[in-house]
Amino acid sequence: MEFLLAIMTGILYAAGLYMMLRRSLVKLIIGLIMISNGANLLIFLLGRITKGHPPIIKGSAEVFADIYADPVPQALILTAIVISFGLQSFAIILVKRAYKVVKTDDLDEMNTTDEEI
Amino acid sequence: MLIAILIGFVFALFLAFAGKYLKGKLSILISLIPLGLFVYFLQYIPSISEGKLLVENHQWIPSFGVNLNFRLDGLALLFSLMITGIGTLVFAYTSSYLKNHIYLDRFYAYLLVFMGAMLGLVLSDNLITLFVFWELTSISSFFLIGFNNTNPDSRRSAQTALAVTGIGGLLFLAGALILGNIAGTYQISEMIPLSEMIGQNAHYVLAVALIFGAAFTKSAQFPFHFWLPGAMKAPTPVSTYLHSATMVKAGIYLLFRLSPVLGGQAFWNTTLLIVGAVTMFYAAFHTLFRTDLKGVLAYSTIAALGILTFLIGLGTHEALLAAGVFILVHALYKATLFLMTGAIDLGTKTRDVTALSGLRKVMLPIAVAGILAAISNAGIPPSVGFLGKDLIYESTLHFDHSSAIFLTILAVATNVLIAYAGYVAGVKPFIGKLPTGMENVDFPPLLIWLPPVLLAVLGFVFGIFPGLIQESLIKPILTSVVQNASDVHLKLWHGFTPILGLSVLTISLGLLLYFLWKPTKSKEDFIERFERISPKSILENLAILFERGSDLWTRIFQNGYLRNYISVIIIFLVGLVSVTLLKNTTYNIDYSSFSRLTVYEVVTLVIMILSIGFAVFTKSRLAAVAATGVMGYSICLFFVFYSAPDLAMTQFTIDTLTVILFVLVLYKLPKYLKLSDYKTRVKDAVISTAFGGLITILALEVLAQPVNEEISNYYAENSYILAHGKNVVNVILVDFRGTDTMVEISVLTIAAIGVFGLLKLRLKSSERKQK
Repeated sequence: MEFLLAIMTGILYAAGLYMMLRRSLVKLIIGLIMISNGANLLIFLLGRITKGHPPIIKGSAEVFADIYADPVPQALILTAIVISFGLQSFAIILVKRAYKVVKTDDLDEMNTTDEEI
Repeated sequence: MLIAILIGFVFALFLAFAGKYLKGKLSILISLIPLGLFVYFLQYIPSISEGKLLVENHQWIPSFGVNLNFRLDGLALLFSLMITGIGTLVFAYTSSYLKNHIYLDRFYAYLLVFMGAMLGLVLSDNLITLFVFWELTSISSFFLIGFNNTNPDSRRSAQTALAVTGIGGLLFLAGALILGNIAGTYQISEMIPLSEMIGQNAHYVLAVALIFGAAFTKSAQFPFHFWLPGAMKAPTPVSTYLHSATMVKAGIYLLFRLSPVLGGQAFWNTTLLIVGAVTMFYAAFHTLFRTDLKGVLAYSTIAALGILTFLIGLGTHEALLAAGVFILVHALYKATLFLMTGAIDLGTKTRDVTALSGLRKVMLPIAVAGILAAISNAGIPPSVGFLGKDLIYESTLHFDHSSAIFLTILAVATNVLIAYAGYVAGVKPFIGKLPTGMENVDFPPLLIWLPPVLLAVLGFVFGIFPGLIQESLIKPILTSVVQNASDVHLKLWHGFTPILGLSVLTISLGLLLYFLWKPTKSKEDFIERFERISPKSILENLAILFERGSDLWTRIFQNGYLRNYISVIIIFLVGLVSVTLLKNTTYNIDYSSFSRLTVYEVVTLVIMILSIGFAVFTKSRLAAVAATGVMGYSICLFFVFYSAPDLAMTQFTIDTLTVILFVLVLYKLPKYLKLSDYKTRVKDAVISTAFGGLITILALEVLAQPVNEEISNYYAENSYILAHGKNVVNVILVDFRGTDTMVEISVLTIAAIGVFGLLKLRLKSSERKQK
């Protein structure tokens, strides 16, 4: 399964990058989402995956008796998901705003800061 | 001494804030600063002439040997007096010359910085501090030369001057570092006893060549002379200050100062002799073709600087003495001539020497000053110029080499041409008939005519009573650069000697030339034709090439297309990492360590791949957004499968929110088009696939490595014991790494404020119009 997940991560990165290379701003954001998901998956995978043993101490025990999934990558990813949401929501609003001002979502038409002289 | 140097900078800063209150009549008060400094330096004349030194040391960066070592000796004293003395007159002159100028306060601030830098330069005993002040003079002179910043010519000249002297400054730094390394100290006074050792060092020639580069650019020696005539675009007080006594003499000062350290070697003397000789003759010859008063003066200044370089190149006691005297002589008469030019310019609004004559009738004091300066410049007794010229001939004639006669002839020829230039600038505008239209020229105000008259008269006082400067100023110069200096005797009358003959010859030939050769526009045009092959145009073309090159570079790398930036970064990343991967990695994937496949996992994977493909290739934006949502939910499922319930919940919430936000916002956007052509898409696909493949390989490589679980174990074991929480992920977030989470919340808050701001922002009416 790890092998397939590694390939999945690669696909997410590839698709994300492809979308980021497009001219449409919306595609850029979708690409961003894909790459951030890919990054989460990558961290998750590299922290080793364990089936059916969440890092939660059971019942009245004070320490783990059984094996457990690594909690550190999970904590990292949780942070990453939340932060990327902040980034995405800001980007989405920015696109809306930019479209309102310059009337395009084509990146090629918004690459000058000044009026061409 | 440190205070004396810093005063200029402090007051410049003061003017930057309070300058606007000093603009009117009060601006004359600013000249009290240089006057005060002048008096301060005057009081040291008795002790310096007795052979004492004034030394002041402050630690700065002692570990690098860079300290604020200041040292006032004869040479430094002469320069300090010129800087502050002529400075006082220039400051006073400016208050009248630039009366009511809108940026007068700024001008004074630049002048003060320049004066401070110049003082620091001549007083520094440490090469590195000297370099700092050296650069400060370049920078402040840039602002002074480009002071008329609405004039493109003026800006250009300032740039040229900064480029040339700035490059020289860098050369100086390199030379100073090499020299410091050879000598083991940056202190010039400590280097003098090591002179012989330095001369034998393998890097001696390199160090000297670099320092020559600095001195020649600063002092406008051929072929770097061209910035000086250009710098004449500056207001006349600037030209006066920079070109008579200060800026351009800095290079000469450096050579003078270092001649006991680096001199006495064939490379030093020969180079200086040749460069000085070429410069003085080339520039003196060029004065014949100039019609602009300031142009004439600029070229005669370069010629004078050439003479000084030449004299330092001769290197004998006599020659150094001649150089010391000539520095003073030149400062006196050249400052007078410049100030006179400014007065003429102010009165008649022209500096064209062919159009000016008979001005004595309207500005008598200026005429007196001009004619006196021309006399001193030509070396006619009893001016101090005669003394200077005498000493020059003496040193060339007594030069102990077969070339002595040739050098003397060259010196005479140069002096004849310089004398001619002096007559043209200082005499021609005042004699003859006053042209019509100039009868009503106003008599110049006191502050305009007094400074040049003072300087011109001073040139005669020193000439008639050489005793005034002989022991007090001139001898200390010599003692500061040579050991056991012989006694100095300055006098006008030496008896009938060959040198007197040469002086008479110079004076009469100069006069003859003046009467026979008239500067005209056509002659100036004639010489302009050779401009194309001059060092100036070569450098300018180089500059243009450089500009084009950087333009091209910018266009290629900073082209404003996001996808190009990303592509370049990714291509380099993929390229570099794959080279390393191909070289140093053995591939062994241990499939047995991987967990087994189950049906629901495979199904989720397929759904995910399908949704990604759909998101990439669909033509509907809504569908793409929905597909992204599906992709997020599939990842959510993976989190569920692999024991991460918290992640699954977060992912689920966030993904739902993102899709809703997207849908709410984006339905108003334009049609979702495929904007790129087929070729671009294929190219991008190749890059993306390579990148994705790289990530996969990297992931597999990392999976093959053993994992370190120390940190995880610590958290897991102490989660309940220390933090009393059973969900380890939660405990890490809110307890062990609680501060991080708090910062994360603030990031989200900032994003939220940003979103709110963007939504509520109202465009100004002007921005709305642009659309």
